[in-house]
Amino acid sequence: MSKSSVAKRVPVSFTVNGKSHSLEAPAMARLLDVIREDIQLTGTKEGCGEGECGACSVILNGELVNSCLVPVIQAQGAKITTIEGVAQGDVLHPVQKAFLECGGAQCGICTPGMVLASLSLLEKNPNPTRDEIREGLAGNLCRCTGYMKIFDSVARACGSQQ
Amino acid sequence: MRQTQTVGRSVQRKEGREKLTGQARYVDDLTFPNMLHGVTVRSSIPRGRIKKIHFEHGVPWGEFTIVKASDIQGSNHVALILKDQPFLAEELINHCEEAVVLLAHPDKHLLEKARKLVGIETDPLPPVFTIEEALAGKQIIWGADNVFKAYRVEKGDLDSVWAKADRVIEAEYETGAQEQLYIENNGMIAVANPQDGVTVWGSMQCPYYVHKGLLPLFNLPQEKIRVIQTETGGGFGGKEEYPTLLAGHAALLAWKSGRPVKMIYDRAEDMVATTKRHPSRTRHRTAVSKDGKLIGMEIEFNIDGGAYATLSSVVLSRGTIHSAGPYFCPHVRVISRAVATNSPPHGAFRGFGAPQSLFALERHMDHVARELGLEPDEFRRRNFLREGLTTATSQLIREKVDLSGLLDHALEKSDYHAKRERFARENPGSSVKKGIGFATFLHGGGFTGSGEKTLASVVGVEATPHGQVRVLAASTEIGQGTNTIFSQIAADALKLPYEQLEVAQPDTAHVPNSGPTVASRTVMVVGKLVETAAVALRDLLIGAGLLPAEYSPEQFRQACAGYIEKFGQLRANSQYKQPPNIEWDDEKYQGDAYGAFSWAVYVAEVSVDTVTWETHVDDFVALQEVGRVMNPILAAGQIEGGVAQGIGYALYENVVWKDGRMANGQMTNYIMPTSMDLASIRVFFEENPYSYGPSGAKGIGELPLDGPAPAILNAVENATGLKVRKIPLMPEVLMQEAKRGAHV
Repeated sequence: MSKSSVAKRVPVSFTVNGKSHSLEAPAMARLLDVIREDIQLTGTKEGCGEGECGACSVILNGELVNSCLVPVIQAQGAKITTIEGVAQGDVLHPVQKAFLECGGAQCGICTPGMVLASLSLLEKNPNPTRDEIREGLAGNLCRCTGYMKIFDSVARACGSQQ
Repeated sequence: MRQTQTVGRSVQRKEGREKLTGQARYVDDLTFPNMLHGVTVRSSIPRGRIKKIHFEHGVPWGEFTIVKASDIQGSNHVALILKDQPFLAEELINHCEEAVVLLAHPDKHLLEKARKLVGIETDPLPPVFTIEEALAGKQIIWGADNVFKAYRVEKGDLDSVWAKADRVIEAEYETGAQEQLYIENNGMIAVANPQDGVTVWGSMQCPYYVHKGLLPLFNLPQEKIRVIQTETGGGFGGKEEYPTLLAGHAALLAWKSGRPVKMIYDRAEDMVATTKRHPSRTRHRTAVSKDGKLIGMEIEFNIDGGAYATLSSVVLSRGTIHSAGPYFCPHVRVISRAVATNSPPHGAFRGFGAPQSLFALERHMDHVARELGLEPDEFRRRNFLREGLTTATSQLIREKVDLSGLLDHALEKSDYHAKRERFARENPGSSVKKGIGFATFLHGGGFTGSGEKTLASVVGVEATPHGQVRVLAASTEIGQGTNTIFSQIAADALKLPYEQLEVAQPDTAHVPNSGPTVASRTVMVVGKLVETAAVALRDLLIGAGLLPAEYSPEQFRQACAGYIEKFGQLRANSQYKQPPNIEWDDEKYQGDAYGAFSWAVYVAEVSVDTVTWETHVDDFVALQEVGRVMNPILAAGQIEGGVAQGIGYALYENVVWKDGRMANGQMTNYIMPTSMDLASIRVFFEENPYSYGPSGAKGIGELPLDGPAPAILNAVENATGLKVRKIPLMPEVLMQEAKRGAHV
């Protein structure tokens, strides 16, 4: 529940995965909670709640952000992509497909954020080197993989695997 | 149409698609109608007596469900090995994060406010914080002597060797606590009432542990307790025993309120309150001959168990058995203890005691080699275990083990000798010192000694009339690949395509008890049961005359349909049977500790910046023999992830304790490796199939945590000459060591 018993609720509108949403929420409610609870898209995860782990990453107006650090009022009028908006129906995005083929996902909890971070990286740099991949994903923590298979996945997705 | 085998191939992760599209449902993704949220009010002192609990004004307390120890109708203890840990503290407080009061309310924010308004008045008692204080016994905080468990392993006649040894070399080693840091925090949802009993959904490794824990708490019959594992975002041991406590808390609130209750820890609470890796102290006293043979090893190994016994006796056992490593020594004595302190209980964490004792051993092997003037690889070669020799517990090695060969290959892959020479040449001219070091080690698969026999795990395999086959086991998918590997094993046993297989969601109402998801046993032990049950299912069809010995998937489907029409259900079970020749003496701690060992050589290459004293791992070679490799991508993923955790354990992950409480319980100041910290982890497998594992597989999950820390510190010593014997190796520790003039 993102509603606080005391905080005043304000109207806010934005687009998530191409769909418009208008709702009322406390201005300082975390975008993460609004996405998970009000819009009920639970693919966006909470890992730390302080912007360290990147599990809650979403793409907001073309920028990768930690949705746990974004007050919902800042998303007014924004275009947001969450993990649920990455595949086209049943057809996986090449990044998702590469993660599946290369073993880039293990427990899966960092995976939504990691996929969005990879998309964001490839958007800016379609052919990153291994070091650029490492740097591009530095804001997303994974405790399972040791990152190697994630680097492989991103390289596979852009067809630049050495 | 015969399918090609799936074992040995990197088939895709069974539940991968759900995880990649955000459809996988973790516990916090579930919502129940009319659900409340629950929180825990914890003690704030490490040790003392509760005088009074008061509820300050500021929230409408009448709206809250409040549970205290006095509300518990059953037995207020977490059933595990001993009965010393309460679900809620009654009178005594034994650590800073002890749960005292539980609160539930529909509004999370109000709940948070309420939590701060509960005051616990206490009379403090003097606490114990370290292994040394616990053993000194000035304050007795547990039992008669603060010792949860002690072991003594005796092989040969150690007392006879000291006089005839050419050298006796002693040193002490220390390891710190390590936070689990699975990215999904612990969480549970409970529905509980007198009519239906108690059902919990949550993030966990061991559904039947939770089941066992809830039975005495509610004093209900077995079938009235149901435990369901939801998709689990990492475990590493941190969701082995702790979830029982949290499930109990959620269920107590649900029972009292009559409504579903969800309890999800935030990161700060998970970090400070849940289990960490046991800190350890090890002392080695080693007798060697001048030709570099180990002739006697005396090892004292102590671990800090925290406030309650939990699994410390078992962690200590594994650490004790692994403490003499993959070497033959005729005379060995290991004395080990798990002691009580007033910290939150330490618990299961990947490696389970072995990373601690192997850190000490593999640092010590380098130390002894240097004292003898031998190269680290040469000294180890002279002492490796091999077929026909015995371990510290006198377990006869019956498999073909070629540690020298593994060492050759690992040193070759890492270009060890050439780099050793080059670094020695180039380091004097540079402020960044480079070094290379390694560790050789083993890890036993499955429960120790007679543990598997006692567990007597069961697995079921069932089929639908459409020929779809389901594996029924309590072994959980926690990211390591259980769903995938079980499907591969059953698919091959039944000669069916991988797609025709699935694994049931672990739910104690529907799956048999295949034991806990721990101890590198899921593939080696439970996987073998999957194989046996699948073969039994096939034999049922063949025996009923419905299936020829060679068949197509379509013939299999028809046979299933026919069988189910005739008999109503098609299901086969299998139960663990101990392989022959396993003899274990639990009193003397002698005999066959494990059915099989996995063997490894890990090589670390590091750079140490002598301005900042930071250490970076530039390259890491992880070479191991784990029996048959079932799925190369999943297997490599296990090793890479374990090595990454091991690098964190060695260099970054520093739990700062202040009066028995973790002072840096945030991801901001407790640092785990990021993608920038891990440049290259290269994984190599050598295969030597194990006769009693499915398709020859042995354990793999924990092994990669054992090697990185000693390999890295050996490399740091090679780079700098600094002999640090404790982890984590923080830059300030290294700097102090350099300042103390320990530089050689």
